[in-house]
Amino acid sequence: MSGRARAMQVETETSNLPFIYRQYEREQLLDALRKMHLIRRFEEGAEECYMRGLIHGTMHLSIGQEASAMGICMPLVNEDQITSTHRGHGHCIAKGADVKRMFAEFFGKTTGYCAGRGGSMHIADVSTGNLGANGIVGGGLPIAVGAALTAKRLRTGKVVVCFFGDGANNEGAFHEALNMAAIWKLPVVFVCENNGYGMSTSTARSTAVANVADRAAAYSMPGVIVDGNVLSDVAEASHDAVERARRGDGPTLIECKTYRYRGHSKSDRNRYRTKDEIDDWMTNRDPIKRYEAQLIEFGIATSDELEAIRNSVQQEIDAGIEFAKASPMPSIDGLADNVYTLEA
Amino acid sequence: MNAPVREISYSQAIQEAMAIAMESDERVILMGEDIGVYGGAFQVTGDLIDRFGPDRVMDTPISELGGAGVAVGAAVTGLRPIFEFQFSDFAALAMEQIVNQAAKMRYMLGGAVSVPLVMRFPAGSGTGAAAQHSQSLEAWLGHVPGLKVIQPATPHDVKGMLLAAVADPDPVMIFEHKLLYKMKGPVPEGHYTVPLNKAEVRREGHDVSIVATSIMVHKALEAAEVLAGEGVSAEVIDLRSIRPIDQETVIASVKKTSRLICVYEGVKTLGVGAEISAMIAESEAFDYLDAPILRLGGSETPIPYNPELEKAAVPQVPEIVDAARGLVRGVR
Ligand SMILES: Cc1ncc(C[n+]2csc(CCOP(=O)(O)OP(=O)(O)O)c2C)c(N)n1
Ligand SMILES: [Mg+2]
Repeated sequence: MSGRARAMQVETETSNLPFIYRQYEREQLLDALRKMHLIRRFEEGAEECYMRGLIHGTMHLSIGQEASAMGICMPLVNEDQITSTHRGHGHCIAKGADVKRMFAEFFGKTTGYCAGRGGSMHIADVSTGNLGANGIVGGGLPIAVGAALTAKRLRTGKVVVCFFGDGANNEGAFHEALNMAAIWKLPVVFVCENNGYGMSTSTARSTAVANVADRAAAYSMPGVIVDGNVLSDVAEASHDAVERARRGDGPTLIECKTYRYRGHSKSDRNRYRTKDEIDDWMTNRDPIKRYEAQLIEFGIATSDELEAIRNSVQQEIDAGIEFAKASPMPSIDGLADNVYTLEA
Repeated sequence: MNAPVREISYSQAIQEAMAIAMESDERVILMGEDIGVYGGAFQVTGDLIDRFGPDRVMDTPISELGGAGVAVGAAVTGLRPIFEFQFSDFAALAMEQIVNQAAKMRYMLGGAVSVPLVMRFPAGSGTGAAAQHSQSLEAWLGHVPGLKVIQPATPHDVKGMLLAAVADPDPVMIFEHKLLYKMKGPVPEGHYTVPLNKAEVRREGHDVSIVATSIMVHKALEAAEVLAGEGVSAEVIDLRSIRPIDQETVIASVKKTSRLICVYEGVKTLGVGAEISAMIAESEAFDYLDAPILRLGGSETPIPYNPELEKAAVPQVPEIVDAARGLVRGVR
């Protein structure tokens, strides 16, 4: 076989592969897996610390939703920005934050991303473009539109991704934000992580349309539904929407159908869903297992290599927790720091 | 005639009051986020859905503005909704309907309608939930004529005041400190009411009056106990309602003790303490004062996440003790 024929054959083979395998280098593909593990182990580590009384307050874990956070962030560059939610640890990591400083924040330490003032619900890393989680459902939606307005006015070329949950789509802020993004053709991508429930309330009981993406039509923007547990599908939808936004063609609404394994927060009796439903998602649709299976099937990594990734992630988590424990507590004198930028 | 009294928690007392109201009046419905099978974020509605069904224990979508407005519309036209905010902080999303509609509708229509609406707001800090889930915003609503704003501090009062609120023809806003939910206290069985406009003297004393709201009543009582050991006799007044304020009880107490400290968790500036201080300054009690009036309120900051900072952001027992001792001994 001539060199050219070989190349052509490889091309046809790869052209049948899902999007990310055509779009990204091996290294990027493995980095995406690494970050998905990092998200899951981070959540598990945070949960363990919470159980042992090392972290107080409450937290909302995104275990099961890793492909959505990672797939959306794959086409983004560091300068692109996101707004996140109360279930925001995964977004923060996928956008490039350091888990050391995230743990430190959860421990309330000065080395945390918010100097111990924000905790889980306000986790942010502005240096990697994360404008912050949010304690208010729907709170980030108009803020993302504002960030996109800045990008457009100042011609920064940035795209803004706005993560929100299915529950947020019934807040007025959702509708007002989508409308303004559309009339002003702003470079923003709305990403609904539809995990089926807002706390205990299923979308069937809370939402008049079958899909949140159906609402895009009311604001004259594309509405795209993807399997949020398939990394490549999410990344492809994100890629298209981000390109469209960068071209100046305006916003897109992507709906990632996914599932959260844990309860809503630390006080959930799980009375609104069945164990069978949870088990089905965990065993048959797990985003990490599915991605790993593809990486092996397509010959991109061996199971030993995957094992090595998991081990290195575990080390990073352990080191992050140690860093958090060893970091200093804020002094009471600083209680009023940063209420204002300048002394009031 | 006296109903048996048991020890139950503050949240059980609320649940009991809601059940009694629903049993005796078909028009009473509960509305809120996750108050059905979830039982409410703080398990206050608990299993009421099993007793009254989803048509009367209604889960709303996450739509505070719309939900509050639906409750207003229902109240004006013949239902008696008890609307639960998951956290008082989310009142910010519903201010339009509370402030511009519910509070003023009767007045604007020249008395043609009433708005018999009850809204419940889990409030306050101390749970590590940080700046958007820990505020004490009662003074915001206290500023609005047309609303009644109460802060029951005990299981007994919250049950009786909630039942009074449901029977009241005007909108009543109930601020419930989250740290009180598990607190137990004696509560009579069955129906009874506690007036919405009366403060209560929780402990008598003659050296200094401590006027407190909500959880601060308990901190003030603790402080009074410490002060008693030092020979300082503090009178503790549980204000119970901030709109209206029971001027008579506060003025009488200050005339007796000649000293006043206001203790409340909301931000100190422009808060409940400012109102009480001004009220005393304008009253005949002013001439009785032997010392300046003191306010102990929340710090001029959002509520921080770190637990030590969080504690430092609201008045604690030692500060109340120090303030009272200083006032009585003339050192401040
Ligand atoms: C304005 C507002 N209302 C209610 C809440 C309480 N709350 C926090 S998360 C949540 C459910 C959100 O559901 P969804 O948007 O689907 O996100 P998920 O938790 O499923 O990730 C609720 C009701 C809140 N934080 N803010
Ligand atoms: Mg959801």
